[in-house]
Amino acid sequence: MGMFILRRTGIMLLTALCLTFVVFYLTNLYPNLEKLAKSEGNMRMTDVQVQSWLDKNGYTQNLFIRYGEWLGVVPGFIYKHEDETVTGRCIRFSNTSETAPRFCGILQGDFGFSTTFKENVGPLIVRKLKLTGLLMLWAFLLYVPLALLLGVLAGMREGSKTDRSLSTFAIATSATPEYVSGVILIAVFSSSAFGLKWFKGTSASAMDNPGFANFTLPVLTIALFGIGYITRMTRASMAEVMTAQYIRTARLKGVSFPAIVIKHALRNALIAPFTIIMLQFNYLLTGVVITEILFNYKGFGWTLVQAAGNNDIELLLSCSIVAVFVVLVTQLISDIGYVYLNPRIRVS
Amino acid sequence: MELTWIQIIGTILAKFWLVWLSMAIVFALSIKFKRQLGLYGKMFDSTVAIAGFAIVLFWFFTAIYADALINFDPLAQISGMKNKVPGTPVAGMEDAWFLFGGDNLARDVYSRLIIGSRQVLIIAPAATAFAFMAGVTLGVPAGYYGGLYDTVMSFIANLVLSFPVILLFYLLVTPEIVETGIPVYMAAVLFLFPIVFVLILLNSRFYTQPGKRNLYIGIAAVIGLWAYLGLAFNLDPLGILYMDPNLLNIFVAVVFVNSPTVFRIVRGLVLDIQTRDYVAAAQTRGEGPWYVMLWEILPNARGPLIVDFCLRIGYTTILLGTLGFFGLGVSPESPDWGSTINEGRKLLSIYPHPALPPAFALMSLVLGLNLLADGLREESLKD
Repeated sequence: MGMFILRRTGIMLLTALCLTFVVFYLTNLYPNLEKLAKSEGNMRMTDVQVQSWLDKNGYTQNLFIRYGEWLGVVPGFIYKHEDETVTGRCIRFSNTSETAPRFCGILQGDFGFSTTFKENVGPLIVRKLKLTGLLMLWAFLLYVPLALLLGVLAGMREGSKTDRSLSTFAIATSATPEYVSGVILIAVFSSSAFGLKWFKGTSASAMDNPGFANFTLPVLTIALFGIGYITRMTRASMAEVMTAQYIRTARLKGVSFPAIVIKHALRNALIAPFTIIMLQFNYLLTGVVITEILFNYKGFGWTLVQAAGNNDIELLLSCSIVAVFVVLVTQLISDIGYVYLNPRIRVS
Repeated sequence: MELTWIQIIGTILAKFWLVWLSMAIVFALSIKFKRQLGLYGKMFDSTVAIAGFAIVLFWFFTAIYADALINFDPLAQISGMKNKVPGTPVAGMEDAWFLFGGDNLARDVYSRLIIGSRQVLIIAPAATAFAFMAGVTLGVPAGYYGGLYDTVMSFIANLVLSFPVILLFYLLVTPEIVETGIPVYMAAVLFLFPIVFVLILLNSRFYTQPGKRNLYIGIAAVIGLWAYLGLAFNLDPLGILYMDPNLLNIFVAVVFVNSPTVFRIVRGLVLDIQTRDYVAAAQTRGEGPWYVMLWEILPNARGPLIVDFCLRIGYTTILLGTLGFFGLGVSPESPDWGSTINEGRKLLSIYPHPALPPAFALMSLVLGLNLLADGLREESLKD
């Protein structure tokens, strides 16, 4: 088991390195840098001015060296101006050129500086993650238990009326992406055209004080898309377990149906959904981004879109690290959890 | 005079007579000959599949007849119709209404919806087909041979899959990326797979009959090369095949996102099927590896692959909508559903009518595809 986790962690780190390098490469393409130079300097820069701005800020070095600087394994870029002042990657805010550290990459805990929000990326990301965490937490609390319940109800008697109607509901919700369900929810529950003004169509105020009126719709939007898939998976897993020999044995010896479901079937039926819930984080992230944009809730997803739209390289890289790690860590948890839940599986 | 909701629905139902007629013909013919039609015919035994197929067919014919179904030019702005509610008559015209109202730029929501279906129904299946070609061409040998090739390809597939889709889109679908030419390079690689696939397919089947083989491969290579030059590089010598750079960018991004999942599915299926007796029999006969892969294993994996193809078209539709929703669509004027929803959402709490029709349209199409896939899965599991 130890070896398994170690190997998986190694693969995870390698994946994260590859992915961040790809992001790094794509954000540092010349047209993107030109856009950055113009938005940071001024919009009417000539090509020569753009070039010298990029030179002075270290953007024209070799891509691998710059990636190393960002990682913190290569000394940070330093530029000596003609008037003897020194600027560089690691010199900002309180640091002068003397006190600045030589290395300042993510290995040193320095996630860089956001050119869009004009602040350090680290604290910014943490703050935004808290907001998104709250949203995800409520969505999870709402839809995971509900989806498991619906799935078990549908799967315990395959082909029954309950099964048919619940399965159709599940298919319908998984066919409705967030930007569709969100738009419908806003139109129905908060527009003047329908007259039901139960909730607010924007959650901007939910960042400071989340409440029922301004937080229900985004939570519901995320939950609706996720619920269908998990319900279907739970149903499939439950239906399979219900055809197993030991269930038939239990029935034949006269155990009541509720007791069979709760005592015998449930534990085995919930193994597959567990791994699937964990693997869903990747899709969930897209959903969170859409929902946050739609409801103007300025969390992690909203930040990611701002960073991407403004080519805020360091913020975007940090966002992708967070996103990639969430995906990879949940994959790892899913694998380990699978082994613990299902004693028939052994990793060697 | 303003139309009531019943009149609006009546007008649309009457307007769609060609669609209803075509659907009726397809259904009548399919049900009559369903015993001779294999899996397609068996689909008509399942209510779920019929419902799904009906919805998909409806949108398919709507896209085909779109030009006859629209009332106004989808890009035309008609004065006085800005944000008008559904059923508003157009001033100065006899018997002309904005059936679903007007949007913020005074365009007809109904006509945009209909034309938008064409965009979705061309791009989504085509992108899915390309993703399948890439996934199959890479996935079959990965499952069959295993070893280093499999390890490397699986690592790359997992790499792409652990990339958040939305981040990938924001990095790959921007005007700046088009400038660098990366979409063209990606297209150059991704569009090669269908050609390679068809060539290997034909070669492995006919290599014992060189005359036939050379003829087929020659034809396939010429057509493939022609389409390849036109679509990927915009170098079609005849000037017929052409892809707008923005469209190419979106297309490539969607294919790129979809193909690793197809790769994984195909690889898993091949790992399962290659242990069967008929594969061993083919190997004992001395068939080449590609023949075994493409003519023995692949046809026997068709059931799950067809089901996944339906599901994946739906997923691709959602992805395209996502792109439009983030304003990364084909063009800002484009009537595709995602972009229309994006435009409509800005005034959602005052005028919900421009955003709702495309939202329901997208939902119904994806729902239809999912129901179809579900029904097909049930039917294909029966034998």
